[in-house]
Amino acid sequence: MAVGEVMRMDIPAGGDLSVTSPELHVLAVDDSIVDRKVIERLLRISACKVTTVESGAMALQYLGLDGDKGASGLKDLKVNLIVTDYSMPGLTGYDLLKKIKESSVFREIPVVIMSSENILPRIEQCLREGAEDFLLKPVKLADVKRIKELIMRNEAEDCKTLSHSNKRKLAEDIDDTASSSSSSSSSSSLEDSSVKDFRSSKRMKSELSSPL
Amino acid sequence: MNTVVAQLQRQFQDYLVSLYQQGFLDNQFTELRKLQDEGTPDFVAEVVSLFFDDCSKLINSMSRSLERPENVDFKQVDSGVHQLKGSSSSVGARRVKNVCISFKECCDVQNREGCLRCLQQVDYEYKMLKTKLQDLFNLEQQIVQAGGAIPQVNIN
Repeated sequence: MAVGEVMRMDIPAGGDLSVTSPELHVLAVDDSIVDRKVIERLLRISACKVTTVESGAMALQYLGLDGDKGASGLKDLKVNLIVTDYSMPGLTGYDLLKKIKESSVFREIPVVIMSSENILPRIEQCLREGAEDFLLKPVKLADVKRIKELIMRNEAEDCKTLSHSNKRKLAEDIDDTASSSSSSSSSSSLEDSSVKDFRSSKRMKSELSSPL
Repeated sequence: MNTVVAQLQRQFQDYLVSLYQQGFLDNQFTELRKLQDEGTPDFVAEVVSLFFDDCSKLINSMSRSLERPENVDFKQVDSGVHQLKGSSSSVGARRVKNVCISFKECCDVQNREGCLRCLQQVDYEYKMLKTKLQDLFNLEQQIVQAGGAIPQVNIN
């Protein structure tokens, strides 16, 4: 893939989206070897391709965002989702999130933050910076399934908008509808507190992003 | 043959339940077991093995940091405790995780004696759990070798 090329899902020529969805390729970032093993398995079981790295710096290197022109060649698959731990030595998950959202090439990739600490200001900060969601550790299968569904839904909707001429405006409209519809759908699965956090944090997100 | 398998399965079930009841394991261990199947029969054993290696490494480095009373690197110890708490939480090692909570408190107030006690306790707990889980995995192996399936165990 050429440097600077935007990574998007392939769109079938006829614009028909009823084909089986391609597998998500997830980049998982965590300094703990135990957590890397667990998240990798959680994602694989959820039918995702997984690449794990142990630091924010390595994640940037993998994406080709570390300033080295001519990527290492490791990257043969475009990344559809980044899941990163918050507390890591060196670049934190938040730092990584910022760098990704600052990049014109990679800012569209959804980023999910994981943390063992349920600190509201931290969650707010991440959502404000553009994180898709925030998972409380230890991460469970239900969490991963939920994230995957969210990402697949967003990707499908983004694909639809590409067939329209006024892509960006429509993406914003769909995003607003998606955030309100996803809040209502998650209300039916009120099992654990992380789901509750997600609902309130999504509401927070739409409040934060509404024009002043 | 059938009764041997049934007996082993019963033993396995009872042993696993007792580990939860005695507080060695919590719900996250159950979550890990969900991720294991015939295609990945060693998943849980592999994860906990990584965890025990982690414990050993972190305990050693924290021990070094706590060694000299006049020069304790509490920041390093705190970092170690944080990592240990995280990984114990991820595998469902409940007792280890709980010691880490006390350990962090000792760190926060720079209580070296308290830290040393917690260090000793965390060392004890992880080794105890390692033995218990080894027995559990041995039972699992025996069941498989006898041609049986590993029971799904429901923990209330």
